[in-house]
Amino acid sequence: MAHAETHDPNTPLEYRSEIGRLNILGFWIFLGAEIALFATLFATYMVLTPRIADGPALGELFEVKSLLIQTFLLLTSSFTCGLAVHEMRRHNVKGLITWMVVTLGLGLGFLYFEIQEFLHFIHEGANIGTSAAWSGFFVLVGTHGAHVTFGIFWVTMVLIQVAKRGLTPATSAKVFITSLYWHFLDVVWIFIFTAVYLMGMVMHHG
Amino acid sequence: MKWDEFFVTGDPLIYGADVSILLTMVGILFYLTKYNKWKWLWDEWLTTVDHKKLGIMYIVSAVLMLFRGGVDALLMRTQLAVPDAKFLDSQHYNEIFTTHGTIMIIFMAMPFLIGLINVVVPLQIGARDVAYPYLNAVSFWTFFIGAMLFNISFVIGGSPAAGWTSYMPLASNELSPGPGQNYYLLGLQIAGIGTLLTGINFLVTILKMRAPGMTLFRMPMFTWSSLVTMVIIIFAFPILTVALALMTFDRLFGSHFFTLQGEGMDMLWANLFWLWGHPEVYIVILPAFGMFSEIISTFSRKTLFGYKAMIWSMLLIAGYSFLVWVHHFFTMGSGAAVNSVFSITTMAIGIPTGVKIFNWLFTMYRGKIQFTTPMLWSIGFIVNFVIGGVTGVMLAMAAADYQYHNTYFLVSHFHYVLIAGTVFACFAGLIYWYPKMFGYKLNERIGKWVFWIFTIGFNVCFMPQYFLGLDGMPRRVYTYSEESGWGPLNMVSTIGGFMMGIAFLVLVYNMYYSFRYAKRETTGDAWDGRTLEWSTPSAMPPFYNFAKIPEVTGLDHFWRQKQAGKVEKLTAKDIKPIHMPSNSGVPFIMASFFFVAGFGMVFDWMWMAIIGLIGVFGTLFYRSFEYDDGYYVSVEEVIETEKISK
Amino acid sequence: MAKTTAEHHGFPWKHLIGFVLSIVLTLFALWVALYTDLSVTWILIIIFGFAILQAALQLLMFMHVTENSTSSNLTSRVQIGNILFAAFVAIVIVIGSVWVLTAGHAKHDKHDEPKTENHGGSHDSEEHGSH
Repeated sequence: MAHAETHDPNTPLEYRSEIGRLNILGFWIFLGAEIALFATLFATYMVLTPRIADGPALGELFEVKSLLIQTFLLLTSSFTCGLAVHEMRRHNVKGLITWMVVTLGLGLGFLYFEIQEFLHFIHEGANIGTSAAWSGFFVLVGTHGAHVTFGIFWVTMVLIQVAKRGLTPATSAKVFITSLYWHFLDVVWIFIFTAVYLMGMVMHHG
Repeated sequence: MKWDEFFVTGDPLIYGADVSILLTMVGILFYLTKYNKWKWLWDEWLTTVDHKKLGIMYIVSAVLMLFRGGVDALLMRTQLAVPDAKFLDSQHYNEIFTTHGTIMIIFMAMPFLIGLINVVVPLQIGARDVAYPYLNAVSFWTFFIGAMLFNISFVIGGSPAAGWTSYMPLASNELSPGPGQNYYLLGLQIAGIGTLLTGINFLVTILKMRAPGMTLFRMPMFTWSSLVTMVIIIFAFPILTVALALMTFDRLFGSHFFTLQGEGMDMLWANLFWLWGHPEVYIVILPAFGMFSEIISTFSRKTLFGYKAMIWSMLLIAGYSFLVWVHHFFTMGSGAAVNSVFSITTMAIGIPTGVKIFNWLFTMYRGKIQFTTPMLWSIGFIVNFVIGGVTGVMLAMAAADYQYHNTYFLVSHFHYVLIAGTVFACFAGLIYWYPKMFGYKLNERIGKWVFWIFTIGFNVCFMPQYFLGLDGMPRRVYTYSEESGWGPLNMVSTIGGFMMGIAFLVLVYNMYYSFRYAKRETTGDAWDGRTLEWSTPSAMPPFYNFAKIPEVTGLDHFWRQKQAGKVEKLTAKDIKPIHMPSNSGVPFIMASFFFVAGFGMVFDWMWMAIIGLIGVFGTLFYRSFEYDDGYYVSVEEVIETEKISK
Repeated sequence: MAKTTAEHHGFPWKHLIGFVLSIVLTLFALWVALYTDLSVTWILIIIFGFAILQAALQLLMFMHVTENSTSSNLTSRVQIGNILFAAFVAIVIVIGSVWVLTAGHAKHDKHDEPKTENHGGSHDSEEHGSH
């Protein structure tokens, strides 16, 4: 394995080691696979939406307020995550950790409201076994939620490593990769926001 | 659950299998202990991250699975040899065709090809290992554990019986109760993780680890075909992951994706399965095309004809392979528009494949052909694969497909492409690169016997099945009546099947014979090859592959160097310390936790599944905190390994 | 094409603009969906258009998809090609599945169900079955 280190001072730290560069490229490709994974869940959801059996229609239970809270929490967390990487590139460890902790807080907030919403739906008589449509809803949105949960654990662990070891080519590549993951979850949410919630409400009322 | 529900009981065949599994395990444990091999096993194999060793383990597993799947096939052929046979009952027959199909595709064809890719591709591009050696070990062990989980089903809990396609509602709790179908879901899920990781790993390896001077359009064709295969894997396997997860949810957690209740849609399963399943066909055929290209070029003593046309046709296939899936269920009745579109895309995808056939023929044209065994398999491939391809175009016509659908015509078609394509390639590739892996060739005389017995047996077995299909014999029936008139052709087909079984035994004998008696190779260039894997001075490359990374100046670089008489000799001053990755036991341990999790899910023992998953995440987190930058091999050690005189 | 750290010393304008735009697009999509009298088709076209725009925004402004290591521009081409091919596969999966499973005979599958199976959802299928 070639192990050439690049010492151009203008190169961001995470790109300076061969392993860092390989890992970042590999993770981009993994995100391509994730796109195919979520596309399959979206396809399933779209096909099954009208099939509500005896249960409530999807749009009937969606609420704008809860949706907006979740959306803004996640959008903002994506923004603060970007600021964290911005600080990392200025070699500001404190700024990096601060913005990442804010990101984690927003992520936890998102999860809190998502779980509240799920509990509300279950209370209203819609769970994973109610109908094909609700199965599709819970598994699509739940898979995204599981990704966010995993992301929170992952980012936390990477932050511990940054705190212990400081910013090195290895740790900064890890931070950068977790940031890609986090932004990607926001991209997925945009499509959940549109294809699940907005479309569900349009179909129900329109 | 009582013990007699846990273990499969009541069938003498199963008891026989129980005894033989037990004896094999006792034998292995005895051998390892008596000859003190435990440490060797752990250090050299279980913790290795060397792509060549992982490749060999893939291939050994695949050969074992070929044996298992082959026994399944012969049991089926025995049952079908005569009308109204009583050898197997319908349930047992269903289980056997299910495991035969699943094992042959997922646990034989894919690992065989991935094993050869592992051994060969890093060598062909002049790299010392893959981009992510640790991840490569994770890939192998998850595949292996997935395969083992699937395989224990026939002695513990019962085998799946809903076909390798597992169509709903047949695969639902109501119609397939018990753990059998869960084995299918979990075994494939765990192995699928490994496959996806392999896809990412080798894509990055081929793109970023090439030796200096090896531009994309100087890569050997096998490397190119692997690259395109990896792209398809990366985008197709997540679809399978989701489909399997959804069916698991249906069976374990009461969701209604594919069920009859709750307005689930059974055909959605078929749709998702084939959205993965058709690209999967190309995943198992493109590496085969790559291997035949290498072999035909080597033994025709010519550069591959139409190198670029071949590459573009493969890239076209990568995109096209995602646009044809509906031809697997034309009879669902999506209407004229849908069926017409998919009929046309299916016929169109035959064009780039046809291009390749001409590439191979023109490569041989006016070449100095050497009829070695790998070359015989390659020529056999061209002839037989064309028969499979032509019948494929017949099936592509949606209206006509209503006639062929689910008959032996289809069975024969896909065996003509999968055996004559993939299996012939596995044999050809194994024989071709055998000296690279083990330092000696397989015996050519015995090898030619294997080729002729197998190829004749293959045609005797499957050619009659086209006619049985046209005569209306449906697939997946466990018996048929005397009046149907299908008896004679079935008997012929069974004889052919057993000929293939005999050929397999002779192949295994050849491995033993050659291990004992074959002349050991003294150079790295056993076949007078053209590509970089043959340029290593020793027959089997050392663990770091290349003492000095080659500088490539064109296609078939090594061949040109030989022609020009300019093969470089290593000197001591060329040697620099070599950086290599460290071995790790974590992938093996992680995969073992996957087994615990999978086994728990199969029996719906959630406590066990949770313990397993905690273990999986625990090993992931452990790895995250592990900062292991590998180690350097000293100049002295390299000089000694390469036997360079100072 | 290497990003220089110099670009990262100042105020993070790029991130801020991306953030503001994504908020605006989100609210606008919500407004179009719930508070206008456009036809359902137009609403869907507009909100999905916005979603794709916003995804592109994230990729370019936050994730730096065009960025690469110093050594070659192969990496950035691979990254972009990878995302484009993923988008192609995603579109095939979603639009393909919906088309294949709602066209022709498959469309009637749901309405036939109450006749062949006994479940009580038949009255719902008239309301929500076709769209």
